[in-house]
Amino acid sequence: MKRGFTILAVLTAILLSFAFYAALLIAPTEQTMGNVQRIFYYHVPSAWVAFELFLINFVASVIYLIRRSAKADMIALVCAEVGVVFCTVVLITGPIWARPVWGIWWTWDLRLTLTLVLWLIYVSYLVLRRFSMSSQTPLLAAVLAVFGALDVPMVYFSIWFFRTQHPSPVIGGGGSLDPRMGRVLLYNWIAFMALAWLICWTRYRLEVAERAVHEAEAMQSLKEEEAR
Amino acid sequence: MNFLAITRATLAKDMRLEWRSKDAINAMLFFSLLVVVIFSFAFDPTAEESRRIAGGLIWVAFLFAAIVALNQTWAREMKNQVLDAYRVSPAPATPLFLAKAIGNLIFVAALEAVMTPLFIAFYRLRPLGAGWQLIPLAILGTWALVVNGTFFAAVSLRTRAREIMLPLLLFPLSIPALVGMVNATTAILTGETSPALWIALLVAYDVVFTTACLLLFETVLEAE
Repeated sequence: MKRGFTILAVLTAILLSFAFYAALLIAPTEQTMGNVQRIFYYHVPSAWVAFELFLINFVASVIYLIRRSAKADMIALVCAEVGVVFCTVVLITGPIWARPVWGIWWTWDLRLTLTLVLWLIYVSYLVLRRFSMSSQTPLLAAVLAVFGALDVPMVYFSIWFFRTQHPSPVIGGGGSLDPRMGRVLLYNWIAFMALAWLICWTRYRLEVAERAVHEAEAMQSLKEEEAR
Repeated sequence: MNFLAITRATLAKDMRLEWRSKDAINAMLFFSLLVVVIFSFAFDPTAEESRRIAGGLIWVAFLFAAIVALNQTWAREMKNQVLDAYRVSPAPATPLFLAKAIGNLIFVAALEAVMTPLFIAFYRLRPLGAGWQLIPLAILGTWALVVNGTFFAAVSLRTRAREIMLPLLLFPLSIPALVGMVNATTAILTGETSPALWIALLVAYDVVFTTACLLLFETVLEAE
């Protein structure tokens, strides 16, 4: 277990440094935006990782609602926490890039709004987990995750009715992305996934340990009660 | 007792209680009156401007006022362990939820019926589109707020800091509904665009979340 952690940590460090090098030196400078465009290699992979984590959270929540397995609940918790962190990175790096390129910090565009609303939903998810009574937390949180997932298409359509300002044709829109840029983006995506995996794994083990301690304490006080 | 009988009995009980105490409706009415007055001091628009912003103001006022009613929904059932009694009774949970949601719809709709004329007077509003469309819009929009609101009021019962939890859970989920209501209202008031798309969005929102609430309410009520 400990060895696996060391290997993963070293691997993540190597991947991240290589991806960093690639983002700064391998990727060509964008013609119109210049060097500020390089933040894109952090912004986009963070967004993908955050959405992946939220998706896993949703799937784990549904599994919890069906099977009531503590493991699914822990996975949901870990993914929501780490997902919120990556989503925060997205929301911070976005405006840093948008200000010099668009001349504005923020616009109510489709993807920006969707990311912000997702972030809000998952922050409220974490608040609910913190404030609910511990025995009911997993169930209530899982229910909220399902509602959040149902809300996403609604938000999507509500914003879609306005015109979208985000640079859409970059990926998947048939636009012309320099193949070197695409490769660097892929490196960064892999590196960020490794980082997310490392954090989630560590957090998961921490949660398992915390719950074991909690249970042991409860058993201890029960025994003391009996002995009296 | 069948589904409809339980819904009707619960609804009638809530209406009678509210009729005698008038707790929720008085607090809501005064609260939204305050919001309307404060908004008219904060913004002093011309008739043209007010058509553009009134949709936003009116729905934000109703959203805040609805929170007052929604927080009271289940609080009443906590006294004397009424909710626990309901849980051990053989009656299913879904009609209880439906009755509570309909009750809240009636409260908030009554509030809207009183506050809308005030809004019109203060902001000198005169819709340039088809004004009658505001009525189905108000019903769809209010249901969108109260169906999730009633559900998450039940969720927030099981938390510490109950009253503050409800808006924290409800507002993020209500964003698309609010966008729909505000834009449809503005479209009707200015008469520049058609509100059809936004009304379709509200209908979809209502159908999806009503179904989700009805399916998941029993799980939340029985949570241990």
